[in-house]
Amino acid sequence: MNLRHLATGASLALLVPGLAACTSNSPTTGADGSDGKVTVTSSDDACTVSATEVPAGPVTFEVTNSGKQVTEFYLLGEDGLRIVGEVENIGPQLSRDLVVNVPAGTYSTACKPGMKGEGIRAGFTVTKSDTPVDAGDQANVEQAQTNYATYVKDQSDQLLTKTTEFVRLYEAGKDDEARDLYAKARVHWERIETVAESFGDLDPKMDAREADLEPGQKWTGWHRIEKDLWPQDAKDYTALTDAQRKTYGQDLLKNTTTLDSRIQKMTFTIDQIANGSRGLLEEVAKGKVTGEEEAWSHTDLWDFQANVDGAKVGYDGVRPVLVANGDKDLAKQLDSRFAELQKLLDQHKKGDGFVSYTDLSKAEVKDLSDAVNALSKLTAAVV
Amino acid sequence: MTEEETTESTSSGPSRRAMIGTGAVASAIGIAGGFTAGRATAAEPTKGAPPSPFALRGAHQPGITTPVQDRLHFAAFDVTTTSRARLISLLKEWTLAAERLMDGGPAGPIGPVEGDYRLPPDDTGEAIGLPPSRLTLTFGFGPGLFVDDEGKDRFGLADRRPEVLTDLPHFPGDQLDQARSRGDLCVQACADDPQVAVHAIRNLARIGFGTVSVRWSQLGFGRTSSTTAGQATPRNLFGFKDGTKNVLAEEAKALDEHVWVQPDDHGGDWLAGGSYLAVRRINMVIETWDRQGLGEQESLIGRTKDSGAPLSGGQEHDDPDFAMPGKDGPIVPKDSHVAVVHPDHNDGVRILRRGYNFVDGSTDLGTLDAGLFFLAYVRDPATQFVPMQNSMAKNDAMMEYLKFTGSALFAIPPGPAEGEYIGQTLFG
Repeated sequence: MNLRHLATGASLALLVPGLAACTSNSPTTGADGSDGKVTVTSSDDACTVSATEVPAGPVTFEVTNSGKQVTEFYLLGEDGLRIVGEVENIGPQLSRDLVVNVPAGTYSTACKPGMKGEGIRAGFTVTKSDTPVDAGDQANVEQAQTNYATYVKDQSDQLLTKTTEFVRLYEAGKDDEARDLYAKARVHWERIETVAESFGDLDPKMDAREADLEPGQKWTGWHRIEKDLWPQDAKDYTALTDAQRKTYGQDLLKNTTTLDSRIQKMTFTIDQIANGSRGLLEEVAKGKVTGEEEAWSHTDLWDFQANVDGAKVGYDGVRPVLVANGDKDLAKQLDSRFAELQKLLDQHKKGDGFVSYTDLSKAEVKDLSDAVNALSKLTAAVV
Repeated sequence: MTEEETTESTSSGPSRRAMIGTGAVASAIGIAGGFTAGRATAAEPTKGAPPSPFALRGAHQPGITTPVQDRLHFAAFDVTTTSRARLISLLKEWTLAAERLMDGGPAGPIGPVEGDYRLPPDDTGEAIGLPPSRLTLTFGFGPGLFVDDEGKDRFGLADRRPEVLTDLPHFPGDQLDQARSRGDLCVQACADDPQVAVHAIRNLARIGFGTVSVRWSQLGFGRTSSTTAGQATPRNLFGFKDGTKNVLAEEAKALDEHVWVQPDDHGGDWLAGGSYLAVRRINMVIETWDRQGLGEQESLIGRTKDSGAPLSGGQEHDDPDFAMPGKDGPIVPKDSHVAVVHPDHNDGVRILRRGYNFVDGSTDLGTLDAGLFFLAYVRDPATQFVPMQNSMAKNDAMMEYLKFTGSALFAIPPGPAEGEYIGQTLFG
C-alpha cells in the first residue's frame, strides 16, 4: 500500500462511491447521452461535450485531451462550486473516464486545460429517470474527518509519551521493563502507520528493518533497539554500549517528537481516511502476517492488531457515509469480516498482549492471512 | 565424421566416450565407439525444420541482441572440479553441444534413439520432432570462477578477473535466498518452446556432471522486454509495459556504448565483444498490487496501463516529459518507476533488459510465488547497474510491491570464433 500522497494532501483518484461516485473505468461507446455516455474533448482552448442532457443515474464522461497541456474535467453543482465529480491529470493525447452517479438537476461541465482558472464551462442538465440516486451526506463526511484527525493525533501523542518512557528504561539498562514496553509503545505507531510512514524523511530513520538498508546507511530507530533487546537469534551479535544506547535512544525520541509535531497539524479528507484504512490492512498482509516486521522480538501480532485497530477506526468513520449512500449490504459484509478477523486474533491473545509470532502454526498463519485478504478485498471496493 | 566431432574427439578432457570408459559399462567401450562412428550422420537437425536463424559463433554470443524469445530456462552452476583442464574440456563439450542444440539437433553426436541399446542415450529425447524454436544459448562466468570466497585463485584466472566482476552489493529490499543467488557459470537458454529451452539446460547439466553442479535454475514464461525494433513491448505481471526505453539491436552505437565491453575496458583483453549480465529474481507482491486502484497503479509506474504512454501523454515510445506540471507536482510522479530508472535521471545510462515473467507456484499463504526474473546486459555493472538499483531501492514507489530474492552477476565472454570454444579468450 502506498500513501505517499497523504502527507502532501495531494488528490487521490479514489473516492467513496455515492459521495462522488467515481468508481469505474468502463469503456464508452455511445455519445448522445441517452445511455449515460458522454464524450468530452478538451483542447487547449475548447471543451467539446457530446451531450448536454442525460437521464439521472450513472453517467460516464470519456474525456480525451487533444491539447498540448495537462487538462482536467469537472462536473459541478448548480452553484458552480460544488464538485460532483472530477478527473485530473489527463496528459496530452490521453483519455480518462469519469463515472458519476448523478440525481436530476442543473449542473455545469468544465474543462481546465493547463489546470488553471475557472475552466471552460457549459451548462449540463440531468433529467428525472427511474434510477434512484442519493445525494450524499456532507454531515457524515465532516464528522468522519473530525473524528479521524482526533484519533490520529491522540495516537501520536500516546506514541510520544510511551516512547519517552521506553527510551528512559532502555538507556537505564532496565531491559526487562523496556522489552515489556516495546510492543505496547509501537502499537501507537502501527495504528497510524500509513500516516507515520508518509514522512519519507522520518520513516527510514524510525522504522527501517535491517534488510531495508542500503550500503552506508546507518541503521537507527525501533528495530535497531529491538535487536539489542532481543539478541538471542542474532549471529555474532555485539551488544550496544551505554553510550550507543543513549545515541540510538535519543535519536528515536527526537524523531518521534518531530513526527508528533507534524501530525498535530494534519487534516484528512474522507478518501484519505478510506485509503488509509485499506493501507493498514495491506501493511498487515505484507509485513505482519509473514512475521517480517518484528524479526527479533516476534511481537508481530501486537502490530497486526494495531494495524487492524487503525483500519477499523477509519472504516467506522466511512461507514455512515456508505450506509447513507445505499451501500448497506457492503457495510454489513465489512462489519462481519472485521468481526471474523478479530475473533481469529483473539485466539492468540495472551495476558494484555499476544503470543509470539513463532508460536503460530503454519495453518494459523494461513487462516489469519485469508481473513486479512478477505477484508482487503472489500475495503478495496469502498475506496 | 563432421568437423565438430573431430574437434571433440581430440579434446583433452573427459569426452562423452571417455566418460563412458570410466563408467560401469567399461566393457562396452569398444562396441560403443564403433557404433558411434557408424551412426555419426544421425546427429542431424530434425528433418523439415527451418534452420536456426542464430549462430553460436561470431563477435557476440547469441541471446543478447537477438530478438528475445518467449521462454527461458536459466541455470547457474558451481564448478566442482579443481582441474583447469577438466573445466576447459567441459567448455569445449558445451560449445559443440550448444551448436548442435541451437540447430535443432541432439545434445550429443549420436542422438536420442540412435545409440547402443545398453547405454543411456547422449540426448534425452524430449525435443525429438521439435523445431529449433529459435533456441539461443548464452554462457557466462561468475566471480567465483576466478577466486573462491577466501580470495584463493581457483584456476589460475585470478589476475584476469575484471575489477567490476564481483558479487553485487546488498541493496535495500534484498531478501536474498543464497540458494537462488550467485554461481560460477551460467547458461541462459531462450526459445519459443519451453520444452526446447528445458531440453538444452537439462542436457548441458547432464554433460557437466562431475565437473559442474547446478546451483539453481529458473524458468521464465513470458518475455518482458523487446530487443529489436520490430517487437512490441510485452507486459510484466503487474500488467504494465516496462522497459520501453531498452537498447535495441538496431542501435549499433548505443550497444557499443552501453552493452559491449570494449578492448580498453578493464578485462577487455579477453572480454571485449562480451558483456556483463546482472540477474535479479524479483518477487512481486501480486495480491496487494491487485488491490490498488488503476490510477494509483499508473502513478506508481508513470505510464498508462492501456497503451503504455507516459503520463505526460502521447504514445508509448514518446519521451516522458518529467517537467510537465500535474495537479500536485510533475504529472509523471518523481517516485514513479519510469521517472526513477529513466536514462535522463541516471546520467544517460541505458541497459539492455531481457527479463522474463515467472510463476513458481504458490507460497504457504496461498499467494503467488511470482514476479520478474530480471536479466540486464551492461558494459559496466558498477556504473550502469549498481547506481540504478540503489536509486530504485531508495526512490521508486514500486519497491513497496517488490522483494528481491535472488541475485547474481556474470561476465559474458564474446562469441567463440570458428574452431574455438566458449570462453577461450579467457583460458587461452
